[in-house]
Amino acid sequence: MGKTLAEKVWDEHVVRSTQGEPDLLYIDLHLIHEVTSPQAFDGLRLAGRKVRRPDLTLATEDHNVPTVDWDKPIADPVSRTQVETLRRNAEEFGIRLHPLGDVEQGIVHVVGPQLGLTQPGMTIVCGDSHTSTHGAFGAIAFGIGTSEVEHVLATQTLPQARPRTMAVTVNGSLPEGVTAKDLILTLISRTGTGGGQGYIVEYRGQAIEELSMEARMTICNMSIEWGAKAGLIAPDQTTFDYIDGRAEAPKGADWESAVAHWRTLVTDPDAEFDKEIVLDASEVTPFVTWGTNPGQGVPLAGSVPAPEDFEEPGDRVACEKALTYMGLEAGTPMREVKVDTVFIGSCTNGRIEDLRAAAEIIQGRQVDPDTRLLVVPGSVRVRLQAEEEGLDVIFKEAGAEWRGAGCSMCLGMNPDTLSPGERSASTSNRNFEGRQGKGGRTHLVSVPVAAATAVRGTLSSPADL
Amino acid sequence: MDKFSTHTGVGVPLRRSNVDTDQIIPAVYLKRVTRTGFEDGLFAAWRNDPDFVLNNPAYAQGSVLVAGPDFGTGSSREHAVWALQNYGFQVVISSRFADIFRGNSGKSGLLAAQVDEKVVQRLWDHLEADPGTTVTVDLESRTVTAGEGEDRIEDSFDIDDYTRWRLLEGLDDIGITLGHDADIAAYEADRPSWKPTTQPA
Repeated sequence: MGKTLAEKVWDEHVVRSTQGEPDLLYIDLHLIHEVTSPQAFDGLRLAGRKVRRPDLTLATEDHNVPTVDWDKPIADPVSRTQVETLRRNAEEFGIRLHPLGDVEQGIVHVVGPQLGLTQPGMTIVCGDSHTSTHGAFGAIAFGIGTSEVEHVLATQTLPQARPRTMAVTVNGSLPEGVTAKDLILTLISRTGTGGGQGYIVEYRGQAIEELSMEARMTICNMSIEWGAKAGLIAPDQTTFDYIDGRAEAPKGADWESAVAHWRTLVTDPDAEFDKEIVLDASEVTPFVTWGTNPGQGVPLAGSVPAPEDFEEPGDRVACEKALTYMGLEAGTPMREVKVDTVFIGSCTNGRIEDLRAAAEIIQGRQVDPDTRLLVVPGSVRVRLQAEEEGLDVIFKEAGAEWRGAGCSMCLGMNPDTLSPGERSASTSNRNFEGRQGKGGRTHLVSVPVAAATAVRGTLSSPADL
Repeated sequence: MDKFSTHTGVGVPLRRSNVDTDQIIPAVYLKRVTRTGFEDGLFAAWRNDPDFVLNNPAYAQGSVLVAGPDFGTGSSREHAVWALQNYGFQVVISSRFADIFRGNSGKSGLLAAQVDEKVVQRLWDHLEADPGTTVTVDLESRTVTAGEGEDRIEDSFDIDDYTRWRLLEGLDDIGITLGHDADIAAYEADRPSWKPTTQPA
């Protein structure tokens, strides 16, 4: 019997396999940031261990860094200590670091692909759940905890139980104006936040093949939001073209060898998945969340649901709690929900294509006077590219705030937060209670919906303008 | 890591599904560079509500948390496990755990015991009817027990064999892996030369 893509990549990385124990998996790339690494380095020091492969490790500062005044010392002393701790650890253990102010600094999941470090067939881990983003290149990529960060630093391996495999087959094409974000939000609303638990998911089918690399990253990024171990997409010409010429991409004969191998990284025709979900892309419409987990979503054309719309008692209770927290009344059309702040950015939607799509809609229009629009590039490179294209001017002329690179309001660890009761439309990945600031209310949306919402002040699509 | 064999402690009924790690500990508490002192951030937003379960003195000394399905979803922050442990929890019982949270628990010595949804319901009812009552979790026999007589609850829980063994023995995962150094070195010797590195060769 043939193998799935995930099984091929997995098998290529098994260092040791023994009955009754998890496989010992080799890790090709370990990405690090300031928040989930300090205790891991402390652990190494305590045990007198060193970093086995600093040359397979890359650090960047992203989670708690400010997006204004980034050329000045970080104002928050606790954040500053954490960032300085990463700098000291990188120095002590010989790890390449892209600090605040460096041209390669940015969100770790934007930086890896941008440098060409993210390549098909790799195993990639990071102490961050959105590591699944890198699966867009046909890599097995997943988030780990700090103890595992320490494990990878010390051994460049991880003991991992082999997950089951699932195919998400998306037939047909996405309609005009409907994005990868709408597709993944639709999928999560059908599966719930635990539907992918225990699986490595392969996204495939015509609609997936038609997506750009950046849109594929948006899909894989949110695999964790339906509980999947990882999400990946078979590499193809779109993938190779994206990697070709990047700083850390293979060159010359190495490029030929690499591509020859990458072409084998497809699911065999006779391979079997443990589970399959089939979606029709042509039925997907702009999709937004109403609740406090990413599975609580409806089409933008729909309304806020009522607890009695749900069959499961647990779902009814969850709906009731979410409506209270979100300050929403059942039956309200989503388009009538008024938004205070629009956030465009994050590892889900903070890449150059996202900023271009937003600028195209914003151009020649003004942000609603009662609404704040925050545009945060995913990396310094994305910011510089956008500025070269004049996108920053379009945003600023419309009344938006143009910021420096980082995770920013996606998780509100830096000063970019919502106030209690403040409502956002956000291109990020999580609408959990308090995620963007204590008491903040988040609606997850696509980039076009975010941009149109900023102009109208209520949840909107560009078609409403 | 300390060995874990059996634990008896006050059970805390958390009647919530989808308890994500942002609820267990909000991001603003993640700036510390230690593994300790996170107890003040545990369920920080919910603890402002006087009716929240941990604000009931009968549950305040709890060490066995009983939660709804999809516990620990979202962010990979191991701080969620540390916050639970720093507060005093040694066991979390749920009908489904998010993968990363379960992994983090196993590494840090917090027992994540997966039970049938009906068992969660019965434990909730039992713990609410008699606040401050205890639950016993036996890792050796993989059983969870509470109550006495006709109301006695006794059922099995799931945990993977490898994690169970490590918890019972209190073993350091990294130490085990370093014992396979020769296998790792052999694997490295065969890696294709075109695989990327982050530093000049």
